[in-house]
Amino acid sequence: MSNVFIALQKNEETRCIINAIVADNPDAIINEQPAMVKIDVPNRMVIRKSTVEEEMGRDFDLQELHVYLITLTGHIDETDDEFVLSWTH
Amino acid sequence: MDIKVNKKLGLKERYNLMTRDLAWTPTYQAFKDVYPYMQYEGIKIHDWDKFEDPFRMTMDAYWKYQAEKERKLYAIIDAFTQNNGHLGVTDARYINTLKLFLTGVSPLEYMAHRGFAHVGRAFPGAGPRVACLMQSLDEIRHAQTQIHSMSNYNKHYNGFQNWRHQHDRVWYLSVPKSFFDDAITAGPFEFMIAIGFAFEYVLTNLLFVPFISGAAYNGDMGAMAFGFSAQSDESRHMTLGLEIIKFILEQDPDNLPIVQHWIDKWFWRGYRVLTLVAMMMDYMLPKRVMSWKEAWEIYAEQNGGALFADLARYGVKAPAGLAQACKDKDHLSHQAWNVFYNYAAAAPFHTWAPSEADMKWLSEKYPDTFDKYYRPLWEHYAKEQKEGRRFYNTTLPMLCQTCQIPMFFTEPDDPTKVAYRESDYKGEKYHFCSDGCKNIFDHEPEKYIQSWLPVHQIYQGNCFCPDVDPSKPDFNPLAEVLRWYKITWGEDNLDYADSPDKKNFEQWRVQATGN
Repeated sequence: MSNVFIALQKNEETRCIINAIVADNPDAIINEQPAMVKIDVPNRMVIRKSTVEEEMGRDFDLQELHVYLITLTGHIDETDDEFVLSWTH
Repeated sequence: MDIKVNKKLGLKERYNLMTRDLAWTPTYQAFKDVYPYMQYEGIKIHDWDKFEDPFRMTMDAYWKYQAEKERKLYAIIDAFTQNNGHLGVTDARYINTLKLFLTGVSPLEYMAHRGFAHVGRAFPGAGPRVACLMQSLDEIRHAQTQIHSMSNYNKHYNGFQNWRHQHDRVWYLSVPKSFFDDAITAGPFEFMIAIGFAFEYVLTNLLFVPFISGAAYNGDMGAMAFGFSAQSDESRHMTLGLEIIKFILEQDPDNLPIVQHWIDKWFWRGYRVLTLVAMMMDYMLPKRVMSWKEAWEIYAEQNGGALFADLARYGVKAPAGLAQACKDKDHLSHQAWNVFYNYAAAAPFHTWAPSEADMKWLSEKYPDTFDKYYRPLWEHYAKEQKEGRRFYNTTLPMLCQTCQIPMFFTEPDDPTKVAYRESDYKGEKYHFCSDGCKNIFDHEPEKYIQSWLPVHQIYQGNCFCPDVDPSKPDFNPLAEVLRWYKITWGEDNLDYADSPDKKNFEQWRVQATGN
């Protein structure tokens, strides 16, 4: 089983997004690098709008991710509520 | 009165309405006249509507988020400049990575802009057209923001001033230039596999992530800002690359052998260009984030492995050159930096022999190869330099006909033997650095016999200013080539130890910390 990953710039917004990823993906592996954070999860990663909003204390549109994204891998399935990366079909 | 409230549209409906539904089928003109480039590469597409753009980005959302990125970027650039950020970098040696980037990479961003504009126009499907349009706009943004960010360094350091002029002329810059010229002169489907898939998806992480993380680590907020801003677009580009290859493979089984050949070819072409990144990571950053070997293992072996395991369901195999590239990871950066050390007189940036502390790090990162093969070389150079004989190579190297890199790569299983390959075509002999480059040539010799090889061009007399007089007794061909390159001797070139950049930086540092 391969990992999927996402890398985000390190800032106040992404601190909340990363917390949300950790909450929703118990197998997440956090790798802090200069100015960025890389998060690996075996096979499938979900980013939930509701969890991010709870962390941020404000509304969050999942497409805001585009502003902080550095790179990612895996197939993407995006709706208004969830952003999923996976190697499954 | 009842007011009917429409439910807000979901992401998928919004995307469909604002992209797919805006396309139409031409009736006044024949389809093949409107889309003339869809047949000749042999790729068969039956239903363009099957293309899925998973980000489902609509143009209005695109403008909104891109504007946000630009505001953030320029706030950082202004702050960096106002705060004399160029003095806060670890060491002025670092600045040379930016010279390499501006002369070698930024012009490719502009070419990518043109390439995706062209391909977006060529594809009949609304989904890929919109994604290509966005990518085309991203790429010109990248070119502009990079030039803008680095213009601040041009006020203080040598070697930045003629980047565009040099991109079309200087020997090692023909490597990235010819790579992109090769892609943009291919058909639209090949361009998408070359740049969208092989470069953006498989290799771009190796260019941007370590480079930009390295910029941050070395105190360069300007480069970090443009890099991350550009990289945030790359995720969209990578996804386009992955979706387009899946789409092409799903459309017709006849597409597989054509696509496999392109994967093999463009993996190797891109990998060769990344040689410059390998030496940048291991030798040019005063503070290093990770070694080339580590970056290769994370992004090419693990991530590339996951990708090709996934694509195996279409019958796609990992690129033919991947195994050799994995063997090379212990050698690539050392061999490349050696060549640039040799030719430091002919490049508009500085090189240097690694210090004892640098070599300690290299030994730790490359336990199987550095001490055995490369440390003795650097110790020899350092000794020569200490005794006033800094080595500058004044003979010109043989270049590979395909990648245009000097022939310094060694045999995959013997790091003491330089690899040579050759092919005969129409009575001429052509030389290659590797099986990968030879195979590319053998498949399309008519394309690659046209290569503009800098060394050949110099010997043919094509790299001098119009006023040159080779019959003069004091004619100095190397000096004349540098004049044509617009490299200022003693300022832009030679060893870092003797450079005005080093002298200035040290003086400014003293001034910055007291009166």
